[in-house]
Amino acid sequence: MAEQPGCGRVTGVVGDAPEVPEQRLDESPKEVASVTATVGQKAPDFTAPAYYDGGFTSVSLSDYADKWVMLCFYPGDFTFV
Amino acid sequence: MSAVADGYAELQALGVEVISVSVDSHFVHKMWNDYELTKMVDGGVPFAMASDQAGNIGRAYGVWDEAQGIEMRGRFIIDPDGVIQAMEVLTPPVGRRLAETIRQVQAFQLVRETGGTEATPAGWQPGDPTLKPGPGLVGKVWEVWNPSMER
Repeated sequence: MAEQPGCGRVTGVVGDAPEVPEQRLDESPKEVASVTATVGQKAPDFTAPAYYDGGFTSVSLSDYADKWVMLCFYPGDFTFV
Repeated sequence: MSAVADGYAELQALGVEVISVSVDSHFVHKMWNDYELTKMVDGGVPFAMASDQAGNIGRAYGVWDEAQGIEMRGRFIIDPDGVIQAMEVLTPPVGRRLAETIRQVQAFQLVRETGGTEATPAGWQPGDPTLKPGPGLVGKVWEVWNPSMER
């Protein structure tokens, strides 16, 4: 795999095709609807461990029902952009 | 994320809640916030930083990069009914512009408040004229709007 400059996270790959084994992490998010997000459609709900207000908690999209939400994904902590 | 944290007050004034998501653990979120982001923004990140180590949320939102095991820069505006009104997905090296997200939120809020009787033309910002879709506007948009009005 070509070196990714900057923001890519280094991760292991197996053979030519990057097969990522199913991870079984205790802390992994649960209850994620298996649909792909589409504009004009309901946002998939999720629950995930979170760092918030100085403590560890659990956050769900449904915690913010009846509110506008800006959901932001990013490649990783301590990356440069 | 520091840019979003910095603009958080403006987002809150519009009634917008923020959740950030990456594949880092919540422990690493804490370290990044405490060690670095607090040096960039007073008080650090004021919203929930969610952890998606297995990429399940990223897959559900179509931003998962299988090869790298990371999530692309996906930004979703979700309305009070839980409907996605806007999405923007960038590859990692280019950052977002929060002001554009805020502009889009303001536009979607106006559309929602007017029950869809008003629409916002290209580049619309609060205070700019809106369009009133209907039979009378067909073929007549040029009378009320043109690209030179975009600022």
